[in-house]
Amino acid sequence: MSEAVAENRVAVATQRQLIWWRFRKHKLALISAGIVLAFYLVAAFADSIAYTEPFDTQAARSYIPPQPIRWFDANGNFHPQVFALKGKRDPRTFKLAYAPDPNEPRDVVLFAHGYGYKLFGLFPTDRHLLGVSDGKPQDALFLLGTDQLGRDVFSRLVLATQTSLTIGLVGVAMSLLLGVLLGGISGLHGGWLDLGIQRLIEILRSIPTIPLWMGLAAAVPNTWSSQRVYFAITIIISLIGWTELARVVRGRFLALREEDFITAAELCGASRLRIIFKHMVPSFLSHIIAAVSLALPAMIISETTLSFLGLGLRPPAISWGVLLQDAQNLQTLGLAPWLLVVALPVIVVILAFNFLGDGLRDAADPYG
Amino acid sequence: MTPVLDVRSLRKHFPIRTGMLGRVSGHVKAVDDVSFTIDRGETLSLVGESGCGKTTTSRCILRAIAPTAGEILFQGNDIAQLQRKDLRPLRRQMQMIFQDPFSSLNPRMTISEIIGEPLLVNGMTNNAERNARVAELLTLVQLPTAYMNRFPHAFSGGQRQRIGIARALALHPSLIVADEPVSALDVSVQAQIVNLLIELQDRLGLAILFVAHDLSVVKHVSHRVAVMYVGRIVELAPTRTLFATPRHPYTEALLSAVPVPDPRRRASRIVLEGDVADPSNPPTGCHFHPRCRYATDRCKVETPPLVEVAPGHAVRCLRTDEIALGSVTPPQN
Repeated sequence: MSEAVAENRVAVATQRQLIWWRFRKHKLALISAGIVLAFYLVAAFADSIAYTEPFDTQAARSYIPPQPIRWFDANGNFHPQVFALKGKRDPRTFKLAYAPDPNEPRDVVLFAHGYGYKLFGLFPTDRHLLGVSDGKPQDALFLLGTDQLGRDVFSRLVLATQTSLTIGLVGVAMSLLLGVLLGGISGLHGGWLDLGIQRLIEILRSIPTIPLWMGLAAAVPNTWSSQRVYFAITIIISLIGWTELARVVRGRFLALREEDFITAAELCGASRLRIIFKHMVPSFLSHIIAAVSLALPAMIISETTLSFLGLGLRPPAISWGVLLQDAQNLQTLGLAPWLLVVALPVIVVILAFNFLGDGLRDAADPYG
Repeated sequence: MTPVLDVRSLRKHFPIRTGMLGRVSGHVKAVDDVSFTIDRGETLSLVGESGCGKTTTSRCILRAIAPTAGEILFQGNDIAQLQRKDLRPLRRQMQMIFQDPFSSLNPRMTISEIIGEPLLVNGMTNNAERNARVAELLTLVQLPTAYMNRFPHAFSGGQRQRIGIARALALHPSLIVADEPVSALDVSVQAQIVNLLIELQDRLGLAILFVAHDLSVVKHVSHRVAVMYVGRIVELAPTRTLFATPRHPYTEALLSAVPVPDPRRRASRIVLEGDVADPSNPPTGCHFHPRCRYATDRCKVETPPLVEVAPGHAVRCLRTDEIALGSVTPPQN
């Protein structure tokens, strides 16, 4: 009985349900989807999650190692605390060294007041996820330590996540639009238009990216902020990046044009628009989603790489690549290995995007 | 009475383009001077090897592609050179059944959407009315109406082909072009589908153009058979006559390849040498002469005309009166 019911459910399952059922089986992709979602939540609420003003410098606090939250107090009760730092002069080097002072405990509280910002750029507030009960968080809370200028690494990492995950979105969206449009025209119209678009794609694909970036980075007005420069460059890159997608879309259109169910629709008198939007587009929409989920990590990694090389974003902008730049020399790494922690979210998010893209691509064609 | 379909000297030549500028360097003569008629309630089979132009002929008739020359009189109107928009009212009168039951149904639509699509695009926008017609069509092809909301992936090949037939019948067509409708199916299912087609033809008076390469199926369904070779009809005759007394050496060779379900009969198969001739560069004279065991020097130079040797029996062979050809005795059934 239950078997018959299950069979029936499959028989009337829509494409979306089939995709979801197949995607659900791909555990790694499912977990990755969760991770990607979590990262974008962090990006959306970056200022709330950060607890210290990311540009707040103080030479005295430079290179403080990460400090854990102490969950239990001296009596063994649950009572999350951090110890405020106290500077002590090293008697031999006369260097001021900071160390947590157990005599100065600070309570860690949720939704504390901190520096002011605008949530989603709209609502002014000063609430932060974490804070300390008395005193300022920048004197006590160092979850991931500080950098050379005494800026809190955790807060900067959170804001870098926001920049790195969102700056490529517009570029990808533009590639998508151009790719689908030009690929669609190429595949549907054919003839000389197809020939022209294909040759254009070949020329664009033969331009090497890094020299182009260098040239563009030098060519944009130097009065622009580095974020604006980078944004301009991603848009220019997207003018090249659409080629891949255009080829995929063209190929799908060419393949679909020969499908019998398209001929059947033509023979029964369906209009051209109906055939394109009712029959053709739905059958490759899922492929486009998968293509985008693979294009986004490419954009993220290129931002990180180029910023690391000094071609993309530059300080004072904060991004993963900019933060990694701090960890560029061996001396810093020996002195402050925690600066390298920025590499971790880069690796995690790129892997998650790739697994997600794989899962989507496998699930995209549930009839294959 | 005018025939439902009257094809006169149909030609379809595909240009061969070469080089950067796409200069036309030759033509593939996929269909070269093909003529036949189909009456109401009649099935004409078009048989031949792969690449002989059967499918191109059927696509030209449906105007999925535009023919190069010739006339296609459909219910008395020449549709060979009609524009897309003038074609639309006639389209509903002729429908197609496809070879592959898997690619001919959009996997993203339910059965009622698939069968209802011809109705919808031809102005039957009322949902209840359309669903009633879909249910009627499903009953006609002997499928349970309860399956209406299922997707194609829930059906077997034979059931899918029934769905394809129901879609083809949705607009009350007078002509059905069936392009190898059973060659992708299991033998047991083939019989069901063929019998369904015959039954529907009796009931609805359909004219059917049946494109096939399986001669045992052809013998079962068709009233007349046209044999094609390299874009030309080489023999056209009533089914019984063609199978009993073939008059063209190519037909003889094709018939000898039909398996006879009789263990006492030794197979005397005529194996044709070589491949089907290249339609872009066909042999001179009779296109079949390089593979023909009766060919003489005359066959290499002289192009044979299609000659009526008996009422309703036309043959394109110079030596048809000089040679005695073998036949296939129809199995007693």
